[in-house]
Amino acid sequence: MAGTAVRGRLIWQVATVATVTDETDAVRTIALDLPGWPGHHAGQHLDVRLTAEDGYSAERSYSIASADGEPVAITVERLDDGEVSPYLTQELRPGDQMEIRGPIGNWFTWGPHDGGPLLLIAGGSGVVPLRAILRHRQRSGSKVPARLLYSSRSLEDVIYRKELDQYRGSAEVRYTLTRRQPPGWGGFSGRVDDAMLARIAWPASQRPLAFICGPTPFVEAVAELLVARHYPESRVKTERFGGA
Amino acid sequence: MTLDGNAIGGLLLEIFATDLTSAETTCAVCGAVRPVAETTVYLRGPGTVVRCRSCTSVLMVITRVRGRNCVDLSGLEALDVRP
Repeated sequence: MAGTAVRGRLIWQVATVATVTDETDAVRTIALDLPGWPGHHAGQHLDVRLTAEDGYSAERSYSIASADGEPVAITVERLDDGEVSPYLTQELRPGDQMEIRGPIGNWFTWGPHDGGPLLLIAGGSGVVPLRAILRHRQRSGSKVPARLLYSSRSLEDVIYRKELDQYRGSAEVRYTLTRRQPPGWGGFSGRVDDAMLARIAWPASQRPLAFICGPTPFVEAVAELLVARHYPESRVKTERFGGA
Repeated sequence: MTLDGNAIGGLLLEIFATDLTSAETTCAVCGAVRPVAETTVYLRGPGTVVRCRSCTSVLMVITRVRGRNCVDLSGLEALDVRP
């Protein structure tokens, strides 16, 4: 219908790539210039639509990496068999354009008024919205206690490592490395399990607020462990992604 | 691969012109109440299928036919949208 078509046109807007920054070998942050952007909240995502010359188009969702009030940026992990991410991480240059719909999501978001203590648990590039939350917490001067447990294949695969390490003065940041650990590694190793959570998860009696983001099996395993630790389901917010 | 209701936030925004990810769904079969964001979503089928995370029954189906979105909400007893 005509009405739907007009609304669709209003929802999608054209963004221009401002800068691209390599985070790791496979991960890149893309800062966007979006003149009509209404502003976003930490934890939200946006949809990207790319259209080829022959009219074929593909849509993907990406978490917003920047904090409230900052210019929009997304962080994209390259999946070698992917249709969109190899283009975004290898071909895209400043000045290129793409269509954006967003910001999206008012559930998986955090602001200082939501309180805590915060338990953030990331699997791989699931750290992106949790980084936005930590960044927003820092920029807003929030004193809500926060802990991040970040599961990564190796130390080289840790996204935003320098920035996350800088939060250590005010938040607890712990990594678990699942595939390869550097010599003398003093952090956690292997998948997130109950023994790890026993050391890092706030006791349920403190009414913590948990955010889990990662691939579907990771999120489901961790959410189940937290519920078994008596976290109420309503205080365990989850966001799953699958490669494509 | 299943996802969750966060993944259809953009689609729902396009159809309903409001963010529905924290709207509360009530399953018509088992009565479970949870936000759209915490439902189970299948994107790869013919159309988008949203299922109850408690009893797996279908809550919503969204299909796109000739540029038009067809939304079947018959699996929902209620959809509570707060301003």
